[in-house]
Amino acid sequence: MVTEESRKRTAYAGKLGFSMRRRVREKCIEAMLFASAVLSVAIMLAIVVMLVRESIVFFQHVSIWDFLTDTEWTPLFDNAHYGILPLISGTVVSSLIALVVALPLGTIIAIYLSEFAPFAVREIAKPFLELLGGIPTVVYGYFALLFITPLLQSVLPELPGFSLLSAGLVMGIMIIPYVSSMTEDAMRAVPMNLREGSYAMGATRLQTALRVVMPAAFSGIAAAYILGISRAVGETMVVAIAAGMQPNLTWNPMEPAATITAYIVQVSLGDLPHGSIGYQTIFAAGLTLLLLTLVFNIIGHILRKRYREIY
Amino acid sequence: MISGILALMIAVLTFIALFAHMVLDGAPRLTWDFFTSFPSRRAESAGILSAWVGTTLVMLVTAFSAVPLGVAAGVYLEEYAPKNWLTEIIEINVTNLAGVPSIIYGLLALGMFVYQLGFGQSILAAGLALALLILPVVIVATREAIRSIPVAIREGAYALGATKWQTVSDHLLPYSSAGILTGIIIGLARAIGETAPIITIGALTFIAFLPPSPIESEFPFVSFEWLSAPFTVMPIQMFNWVSRPEEAFQLNAAAAGLVLVVMTLAMNGLAIYLRYRMRKNIKW
Repeated sequence: MVTEESRKRTAYAGKLGFSMRRRVREKCIEAMLFASAVLSVAIMLAIVVMLVRESIVFFQHVSIWDFLTDTEWTPLFDNAHYGILPLISGTVVSSLIALVVALPLGTIIAIYLSEFAPFAVREIAKPFLELLGGIPTVVYGYFALLFITPLLQSVLPELPGFSLLSAGLVMGIMIIPYVSSMTEDAMRAVPMNLREGSYAMGATRLQTALRVVMPAAFSGIAAAYILGISRAVGETMVVAIAAGMQPNLTWNPMEPAATITAYIVQVSLGDLPHGSIGYQTIFAAGLTLLLLTLVFNIIGHILRKRYREIY
Repeated sequence: MISGILALMIAVLTFIALFAHMVLDGAPRLTWDFFTSFPSRRAESAGILSAWVGTTLVMLVTAFSAVPLGVAAGVYLEEYAPKNWLTEIIEINVTNLAGVPSIIYGLLALGMFVYQLGFGQSILAAGLALALLILPVVIVATREAIRSIPVAIREGAYALGATKWQTVSDHLLPYSSAGILTGIIIGLARAIGETAPIITIGALTFIAFLPPSPIESEFPFVSFEWLSAPFTVMPIQMFNWVSRPEEAFQLNAAAAGLVLVVMTLAMNGLAIYLRYRMRKNIKW
């Protein structure tokens, strides 16, 4: 016979089981979510491990000193040389050209949109710039090779069909949206009363923008610039298409040359056997590239963190 | 003021020049045959059939792996994560991953998916490589969408006895779905145009066959053989045509580029529209 007492007891036990199951389920779900979040760290570790492991094998064949000082990069020739300098010079020259285009234009656009533009213009221009940033890089490469290069050749007849100049210019246009949107965000985060104070002292809009808002947003703007640099250094398709893929130690933008990224593309297009020294070179090149961009990203991160703390 | 408009004009004009140049060169090639033919040695009869099929299948893999992982990581970081050094590391790491050049993801995929795990130069390897690439985009979008939900909603749910996961799955995720969707679309639009990682994996450019169909007429009706098939994608096909010296192939490149740009513009446009509507319809 079921007494009142025992019925109460089973009900209580049921409730206890329910809350136990509920707690276990909660913990399981939390563990799964945590695993997904930790995956991002695992990816970073996997990248580093993969690049370092193949690079170690590479550096058993080639001394680091040769890698850093040899002026020729011809790993696939019979008389192989493994000097990263020609690839670095190509990367530096094309990135510099890109930055000369992107930083001033991006900053001017940001100042205009943040301080001068009427609401309607900003509402149209911002999504437009965003669309511009979404165009695939291979399309920009096509544009550089088949539109900008012929255009430049009509002004500079001696320009070859592949050049760092046209690749760099297009790369610059390509990263304008990144620079302008981050710079604008930084400037808009500057509190209104700073501007009002400046206007009250009789400053013009331009004076306010240049001497009050920009200094106040300095670290945010610097972070935007640094991310732009890291973007230019890591950009692949534009240089692979428009700058040629011949390693060439030069500082002259009118010459064709290969960047680190273009070299990786060139090797990948061929059919290199897994485990050969040629296969390992792209990992050594990749490691160099990762270190370069990582340094820029960390500086950018530190700057952004500092600027967040100001207000 | 004037220089601001000028700078903006330079960006606008470049875009117009880019688009006009591609339309002039590519539009005549955009016939029905272009979409239904395989690549060919003769430029006039070459098409993008294997490329767009490849792109579609690779995107399926990317979406199915990046979306659950990215949303889960975003939810964890925003709702569950305690404030400690581990969380700090994860957060810095997500920012860093977003700044890693795409070709590095290609090298990771080459070493890990293609050789270590033995996936070969397949759709699966490419889809996973692109998934890793857009993971930070999905994570950041999820976090921002969830963060914009007022605390009152969470408190209301807890007050009624809801557990954390019930609050997340019944309230936070539905309310932030539009924002998360925007992030997913932007991520996929980026993945569609990515060329470098897929070249690194070693995608073939001349593919005159389709991968095995994912849908079969016999039981169990779905097949996953296509995952391990060799493939090509739109940007690779375009890159291949651009790098040929013959002008006829460059016209093909323009046409393929046009399709690619229209695809990414449409996706990004959709994302911008969604965000705009979201901002207008917000109720709290």
